Amino acid sequence: MKISVITFPGSNCDYDCYKALRDVVGVDAEFRWHKDRELGGADAVILPGGFSYGDYLRAGSIARFSPIMEKVVEFAADGGPVLGICNGFQILCEAGLLPGALLRNEGLTFQSHDVHLRVENAETLFTSGYQKGQVLRMPIAHGEGNYHADTETLSRLEGDGRIVFRYVNAEGETTPWANPNGSAHHIAGILNEPGNVLGMMPHPERAVEEILGSTDGLGIFTSLVEHLSATAPAPS
Amino acid sequence: MSRHRVEVLIRPRPGLLDPEGKAIHHALASLGFQGVEEVRGGKSVSLEVEAKDPAEARERAEEMCRKLLANPVMEDYEIQMAGDDVPEGA
Amino acid sequence: MRHQERSGAEGAGPATGTETGRGEAPEPRPGDPEITPEVVDEHGLSPDEYDRVVEILGRTPTFTELGVFSAMWSEHCGYKNSKRLLRLLPTEAPWVIQGPGENAGVIDIGEGLALAFKIESHNHPSAVEPYQGAATGVGGILRDVFTMGARPVAVLNSLRFGDLDSGRVRYLFAGVVKGIGDYGNCVGIPNIGGEVHFDRGYEGNPLVNAMCLGLMKREDLIRGEAEGVGNVLMAVGARTGRDGIHGATFASEELSEDSEASRPQVQVGDPFTEKLLLEASLELIRSGHIVGIQDMGAAGLTSSASEMAGRSGSGVELDTARVPVREPGMTPYEILLSESQERMLVVAKKGREPQVREILERWELEAKAIGAVTDDGAFRVLEEGRVVADIPALPLTEGCPTYEREGVESPEVIGLRETDLTPYVDKETDLEEAFLELLSSPNIGSKRWIYEQYDTTVRTQTVVRPGGSAGVIRVRGTRKGIAATTDCNGRYTYLSPRRGAMIAVAEAARNLVCVGALPTAVTNNLNFGNPLKPEIYFQLREAVLGMAEACRLFETPVTGGNVSLYNETNGKAVYPTPVVGMVGVLEDIHRVTTHHFQEEGDVIVLLGGETHGALGGSEWLYVRHGQVAGDPPEVDLLEERRLQHGVLALIERGIVRSALDCSEGGLACALATAAVGEGEAPLGVDAEVEGKAGPVGLLFGEDQGRVLVSCRPGDEGELHRMAKNHGIAARRLGTVGGPRGMFTVRAGTAATADSIRVPVDEVAQVFFDAIPHRMKVVEASRPSSAST
Repeated sequence: MKISVITFPGSNCDYDCYKALRDVVGVDAEFRWHKDRELGGADAVILPGGFSYGDYLRAGSIARFSPIMEKVVEFAADGGPVLGICNGFQILCEAGLLPGALLRNEGLTFQSHDVHLRVENAETLFTSGYQKGQVLRMPIAHGEGNYHADTETLSRLEGDGRIVFRYVNAEGETTPWANPNGSAHHIAGILNEPGNVLGMMPHPERAVEEILGSTDGLGIFTSLVEHLSATAPAPS
Repeated sequence: MSRHRVEVLIRPRPGLLDPEGKAIHHALASLGFQGVEEVRGGKSVSLEVEAKDPAEARERAEEMCRKLLANPVMEDYEIQMAGDDVPEGA
Repeated sequence: MRHQERSGAEGAGPATGTETGRGEAPEPRPGDPEITPEVVDEHGLSPDEYDRVVEILGRTPTFTELGVFSAMWSEHCGYKNSKRLLRLLPTEAPWVIQGPGENAGVIDIGEGLALAFKIESHNHPSAVEPYQGAATGVGGILRDVFTMGARPVAVLNSLRFGDLDSGRVRYLFAGVVKGIGDYGNCVGIPNIGGEVHFDRGYEGNPLVNAMCLGLMKREDLIRGEAEGVGNVLMAVGARTGRDGIHGATFASEELSEDSEASRPQVQVGDPFTEKLLLEASLELIRSGHIVGIQDMGAAGLTSSASEMAGRSGSGVELDTARVPVREPGMTPYEILLSESQERMLVVAKKGREPQVREILERWELEAKAIGAVTDDGAFRVLEEGRVVADIPALPLTEGCPTYEREGVESPEVIGLRETDLTPYVDKETDLEEAFLELLSSPNIGSKRWIYEQYDTTVRTQTVVRPGGSAGVIRVRGTRKGIAATTDCNGRYTYLSPRRGAMIAVAEAARNLVCVGALPTAVTNNLNFGNPLKPEIYFQLREAVLGMAEACRLFETPVTGGNVSLYNETNGKAVYPTPVVGMVGVLEDIHRVTTHHFQEEGDVIVLLGGETHGALGGSEWLYVRHGQVAGDPPEVDLLEERRLQHGVLALIERGIVRSALDCSEGGLACALATAAVGEGEAPLGVDAEVEGKAGPVGLLFGEDQGRVLVSCRPGDEGELHRMAKNHGIAARRLGTVGGPRGMFTVRAGTAATADSIRVPVDEVAQVFFDAIPHRMKVVEASRPSSAST
C-alpha cells in the first residue's frame, strides 16, 4: 500500500503529510512532483496545503493545470481516494473535482489557530474511525477558506450527507463565533458525489501526535488506510 | 447632482516587481500561450459617485485614489469615466 | 519567452580576469555623473572617507566605484560607528560553530545537529511601506539562514510602534503584521513568538526586527566564500530591478519629511520565489556542486560578491551585462546596488554550471554565470567586457573606517531617571481600575490579534506556540527541543542604557528557562538613533557594555546580529532598543512547561527576589500617568543566574506545572496572564502579595529576578526544599481557583480587603480584547498624509 503526496511549487505541508503517514500512521508514502505524469501505482493521493504558485491569481488556480493533475483527475474518476487539505481543497475545487469555491475569509485576515470540527458523516472512507457527532480539535491556517456554493449545490451537499465536517464550538454547536472564515453552512470539509474525494480546510496532519497538542486528525489517515487494506488496490 | 459611474484601475508601478504578474506569465507559457510579452496584475474598483458633473466625479475619484484606493508608494491608478450618467435608482 | 535582457551576454564564456580587465584603470563611463564633493556627500561619505577611497584606489573613483564604496562603507554594511563596540561582546563558547561575520551564527546542539540563527532589522523600509518592508525583512532573514545550509524552522519578530490611538500607527502596525504573516505563511515557516511594544517613543519610526532559526546536519554547513580560481559566479533566483537602490545607505540615514520623496523604489517581496529558492539552495548545498552561496541582501550584488571575495582572500570579476535584469537600460551602478529580493549569488565549481542550472530549473528558477573567482584580490566589475570598477576587495570589505565617538548622557534623561515617583504613587486610588487598565494595554494584553495571522503550526514541530514565555519546537529524530525568544524593554534602556541591556539579556534567559530550556546563545539587534549625537553614542556604548556583561555571565555568547542606527524621525530618536534574540536547548521536549495555571487547587509560588515595588519605567507609570521616568528595576545578575538554575532544576524534576517570568505590569498582570492562559478555560486565582513596598509597588512593580510558578499541593514541600537547596527564595502566594472563578489578589499582609476582585472571565475578556478593540478602525492612512 502506498500513498502519494503531491508537491506543487509552493506546497509547504507536503512534508508534514509525508511524516504523518510514514512516522505516525506507519504507511508507505512518497512525494510526487507536479511535473510527474504518473502516480507511480499509488493507492491514494493527498494534495497537501501550502501556497501553490504563491496563490497568485486565485488559490489553486494555476496548480490545477500541473501535469500531475490530469492523472489525479483520472485516478479520482476511477474511484481512487483523493484527500485535499487546505490549499489541496482549493485545488480540488478549481479542478472541478469538488463543487464550489473557497473565498477570502470573511474577516479578511489569515486565520491560524485551533478549531473544533463536528464529524457530520462517519460513514465515509475518510471518517469511518470517528463517531457521528464527535468533536475534533485541530489547527487551521488559511486566508481563503470561506466555502461558497450556490443554494442548490449546498442543499444537495446537505441532502447527500456530503458535508463531512462542520466548524463548531468546543461543545459541538454551530455558532457564528465558531465559524472562522464565514463558510456557508459552517462547512469545513466536503465529499464528492461518489464519496472518494474529500476536501477540507483544517489540517489533520498537524494533529497526529500528543506533543503537537492533539491527535484528533489521526482518524482521517487511519480510516483511509483501513479502507485501502479492505479493498483491492485502486487502479492507477 | 447626479450619479456617475467611475472605473478605477490600479496597477503596480512600472519597474516594480509584480510577483502575481510573473506567476501568471509563467503559467500562461506552460499552458502553451506563447508570445505573451508581459503580464501585470492589478485590480479594478467600480464606483458610483454623486457629483454635479463628470469632471467633479473624476476629481472626487482622484482624491479617493490618493487617500485610499491606491498606494502611491507602489501603485499607479487610472480613472475611467463610464460616460453616461447613471439614472437615479438604477 | 523573451525577457528584458541584454543580448549577446549568454554566449560569452565566464570572465576569468586573465585577459579582460586586470590592471586597466577603469575609464569614466559615458553618461555617469562626474565625481564632485556634492556627489560624494550625497553618497554619505565624509571628506576623510573619500580621501581614504582615493588612497586605496590610487586614483579618483569612477561613479560606479563611488556607489560601491558608499554602500559598503555605510553603517548598514560597514558598521563604522558600532564595530569597535561590538568587539566588546563575548562571541565564543565550545558550542559556537560560527560566530559573527557570516550570514548567520551557528551553534552545536548535539547529535550531529547544528542550529543557525540570526536577527535582522527592516525598520526603514517598514516605515515607508509597512507591508512590503516587513515582508522583505522576513525574506532576508530566511535567506541568511538557508545560505548557511540550514533549513529555516521558525521565525520570531520583535516589533515596536507608537501608541495605537494614532491612525498612522494602526496603519503601520496592521501592514507590518500582514506583511510578516503573508510572507512567512507562504514560505511555510512557523512563527513561534517574539514581542511587541507600543510607546510614543516609536511614533514615526517603527522597529521591525525578524529572527529566524534553521536546523542542519553539522556537515551541511557552508559559508559565504568565493574560493578557487576559475570557479563561476552565478546569479540565481529573481531578476534584478531598480528596487531599493541604495537601500543600505538609506537605512543609515534619518527619516525626514523628504525621505518620502527621495525614497528608493520599494522592494517587493515574492515569497513564492523565496520558497523555490529555499528548496533549490538546500539541494545545491548538498549536491557538492558549489563552494559558496550568499544572499544578495543589503547593497545587493556589491556586498555579496565583494564579501565572498574578501572572506576567502581571493578576487572576483563579474560582468553586469550578464546579470538578468527586469528593466532595460540599467547601468552597472544600478545593477550593483539594486536590492531586488529573492536573489542569491552562488559560486559554482568550475565546470559544474550545467548541474547547478539543472537543479535550479527543476525549481523553475534562473541561474546565470556572471563572472568568476580570480586570484588577484580585486573586486572587478565589467560592463560588456569594459572595466567599470576595479577595487581591492579586502580594503573595501574590511577597510571601512571605524569610529569611536564621544558619548555623553543626556541631561534630560538624567532628570527623568531621578524623578521622584512618590507623588504618582500617592495619586493611585483605585487598584482594581489600574489593574484592568494595565491588562487592556496592548503591552500587557494578549498578542493573539497578531499571531493568529501567522501560521504557527506548519512543519508539525511547534510545541509551544506564540503567547507563552518562549516559542518551542521539537527536533525531529531526537528528544530535544529548541526554545527561542526576543526581549528588550526600550523604556528601561532609555532611562538607563546599561541596566536596560542587562535586563534584556536576563529577561530573555528567564523566558527560556520558564519553558524548560537552557539558554545557549544570543543574536542581537541594536536599534538606536544617530550615533553622531553624543547622547545616542552614549546609549549605544552603555547598552553594548551591559549586554556584554550579562551575556558573559549567562554564558550566552553573541553569534551575530544586526545594527540599525539613525532610527530617528525629524531629529527625534527612538528609545535605544538593543533587542536580544536568545535560543536555548531542552534536553527532553516532554519536560516542556507552559505559562498558564493547570488545575484548580494548585499552589502558586513566587520564586526569586523580593518585591521592592520597582516602578521606574513601568507600564503602570505609562498607562496611569503617561510618564516614562524613574530608575528602572535593579538587576543582580548572579541572583538571576541562581534563580534560573533553580527553575530549570524544578522543571526537570517535573515539580513545576507552570512557569512565567514576572516583569512588565508586575505580579498582578503575571497572575492574570497565568490565570487566563489561552482563553479556553481561564482559572480563578486567590493570592496574597507581600513585601516591603506599598500596594501599587507590590501589584505593579517590575522587580527583576522573579518567576511565577505553580505546583500540585502535594509537591509544595519538595518545591520549597529544592528552592532552598538552590539558594532561592520561594513564597507561597495562594492557590489556583476553578473555571469561571474569581480573580482575587490582596496586596500586603495587613490588607484585610481584596485589592483586586474580578471574575476571571472578565479578566480574560479585557486581556484578549486589548489589541482588537484598538484595531476596529484601521484607516488606510498613507505615508503622505500625516498622522490622524
